[in-house]
Amino acid sequence: MAEPVSFWAMGGYASYVWSAYGIAAVVIVANIAVPFVRHRALLRRIRREEFIDD
Amino acid sequence: MTGTGFKRWFHRFGSLPYFYDVSARWAVWLAVPAVVLIGYALVAGLFVVPPDYQQGDVFRIIYIHVPSAWLSLFGYTAMAVAGVVALVWRLKIAEIFIVAAAPVGASFTFLALVTGAIWGEPTWGTYWVWDARLTSELILLFLYLGVIALHQAIESPRTAARACALLSIVGVINVPIIHYSVVWWTTLHQGSTVSLTGGSKMDADMLWPLLAGALGFTFLFGWLTLWGMRVQLLWRERRSRWVMKRITHG
Repeated sequence: MAEPVSFWAMGGYASYVWSAYGIAAVVIVANIAVPFVRHRALLRRIRREEFIDD
Repeated sequence: MTGTGFKRWFHRFGSLPYFYDVSARWAVWLAVPAVVLIGYALVAGLFVVPPDYQQGDVFRIIYIHVPSAWLSLFGYTAMAVAGVVALVWRLKIAEIFIVAAAPVGASFTFLALVTGAIWGEPTWGTYWVWDARLTSELILLFLYLGVIALHQAIESPRTAARACALLSIVGVINVPIIHYSVVWWTTLHQGSTVSLTGGSKMDADMLWPLLAGALGFTFLFGWLTLWGMRVQLLWRERRSRWVMKRITHG
């Protein structure tokens, strides 16, 4: 295993490697967060009986 | 109510409450392998695997790029299969699958394109080139976005679902084109490194984390799509009695 300094440097390709992994992390977290937030909001609206037709 | 009429009713409404209940439990069985496999792929890909003898450390982008690209093809193929089921058997759950899978597939197609561009700059000297592999993958992104746009543009959920199912089926022709683009045309993109039939051109130490990443992303896709399905299902059925019963009265 490489020492920490050279590990973060990625052999001179740090900006490429870490931006790729960073964007991947953002995409994955967004894909987890969006349905979670929407589900909670929808449950709240259903509980408030917003969708009951009269 | 006739026999077939009842069957249809059962398919349309009967199985949705069941799906909503059991999917919460299924989600765990998709999330756990996703976290374990992707975790292993990340740790091995970033820390354990040695740098590539030609490309150095920049090749580590492969552990994001290839699983994302694999998922972009897998997701659309799954949508096409669901499209057939939705059109032939009118199964609501298949319609809901298409709607939920499209944004997940679009995300990972985007990720495959972006990580490919980031990788291309230091190795090819360019972020983008209009060759067969890259262009067909970009078309795949537009197909995913087309399904999302269709669904949002059409008011009636059932009409929207039929349109999305049709586009999923027609668009799947692009999947083999992407896969074989590196064989059929001269492209800047390299040929397949991993193969089911011809053996893999990669050292086992580098290969296993890649396969784990691809499998982990597949579980992730299943997990994310399942959650999207639950939200979509709840939205569609928001006025139905079973949703009111379950949510409002505990």
